[in-house]
Amino acid sequence: MKKPEKLIIDGKRLDGRTPDELRPLKIQAGLLKRADGSAYVELGENKVLVAVYGPREMHPRHLQQPDTAVLRCRYNMAPFSVDERKRPGPDRRSVEISKVTREAIEPVVFLELYPKSVIDVFIEILQADAGTRTTGITAASVALADAGVPMRDLISAAAVGKVDGTIVLDLNKQEDNWGTSDMPIALMPRKKLITLLQMDGHFTAEEFKNALALAFKGCEQIYEAQKQALRERYSIKPEGE
Amino acid sequence: MYEIVSSVKRDYIVDLARQEKRVDTRALDQNREISVETGLVKPAQGSALVKLGNTQVFAGVKIERAEPYPDSPSSGVLMVNAELLPLASPTFEPGRPDENAIELARVVDRGIRESGAIDLDKLSITPGEEVWAVFVDIHMLDHDGNLIDASALAAIAALWHMKTEGIEGWTLPEFPIRKKPIAVTIAKINEKLMVDPCLDEENVMDARITITTMEDGSICAMQKGGIGCFTPEELELAYELARSRAPELRKHIE
Repeated sequence: MKKPEKLIIDGKRLDGRTPDELRPLKIQAGLLKRADGSAYVELGENKVLVAVYGPREMHPRHLQQPDTAVLRCRYNMAPFSVDERKRPGPDRRSVEISKVTREAIEPVVFLELYPKSVIDVFIEILQADAGTRTTGITAASVALADAGVPMRDLISAAAVGKVDGTIVLDLNKQEDNWGTSDMPIALMPRKKLITLLQMDGHFTAEEFKNALALAFKGCEQIYEAQKQALRERYSIKPEGE
Repeated sequence: MYEIVSSVKRDYIVDLARQEKRVDTRALDQNREISVETGLVKPAQGSALVKLGNTQVFAGVKIERAEPYPDSPSSGVLMVNAELLPLASPTFEPGRPDENAIELARVVDRGIRESGAIDLDKLSITPGEEVWAVFVDIHMLDHDGNLIDASALAAIAALWHMKTEGIEGWTLPEFPIRKKPIAVTIAKINEKLMVDPCLDEENVMDARITITTMEDGSICAMQKGGIGCFTPEELELAYELARSRAPELRKHIE
């Protein structure tokens, strides 16, 4: 991939979006038969599938917690999800993403209701195009809700960043590669609490503030789409329609 | 990385936080005593021992020839690795780095990489074939909290005092280091923010955020950790804390 001369031309991004526009978003809940809960999310060229198993008995048993359930998250990139084949299995990046994903989701789950249990969240990235960790978190919280796990709220996640000096929402691959900064954020939208925040690149104090505000705006749209997906899954459709 | 804490101790620390007090009598925006020693190990091109109160972290830097990454054929390679040695804490076990060690190494790595502290483009030998690789290995020696800030400080201190004599084939006048990014970790306990958490505080904190800033106060890396949450207002306050504490740490790298 060659670096484009400009990433923003006349206020529009190379894929035609305005700086505060998300990529096309599609969320579907409950599409896997065996899993207790599942979700599929497409965000632009990202395709992410999440399955939730549990609450179920924790094995190995020495990892059981007497007073609470344990939340386990596994973020996994398929070897075919990126241009150059990714070696299967966890690398350092996946281990870190699995950890921050768990920390992003755990605040909303009533784990204390299921002592000695485990809730497994498996996040599979089928196609990657920047923003897979936030897409994975968005999908995981829908899958948890689909599994009927009691939660305080959903978690909505999006990345913001700086590209050619402009703060933009939901970076695509080119913007992630050639932009100045990238800041993935996850929120509990109802209470406006931040449960995941990472950042690399360069922000002034002012840019950080603006980026944070833009992330909130993006997450709100994602939140609506998440709720809509769950409504579609569980609304009763009258016969003959 | 969390240890089991008695509820008496937990309640005590949480209640102290409510009164804006700390278990070791520090102010909320006060670091523990900092000490930085460099050049302690001969075979390493750079090394540093950092103490933050009782916490001790050792960083060593080795330079070797390596193949460049295909997407940056004429840039040097930076590798940061962290070891939570079993000698540093009764809760650390031998074995491959776990998620805490990996996160620690990657947070330190991002601070150095994203700040452009090392001019990696100068570390080319034969573009596309051979470049200099900089290996930063960080060993925890004594874990009394805030390993991230101690590790980041040890890494940048070791890199700042590199000796390139004795590297076969090295032709640059000096090691191309030009900036001093500083990581400051802020813990949130009972709605209060405090810098440089000690182990007791880490064990009861709701969440932490590490903000790495540059000389001009701009941000080059951030990482939230722990299962709690932050409000936007708390993040702004955390940034102010990080920016105001960083110069005190930075002055130890001279």
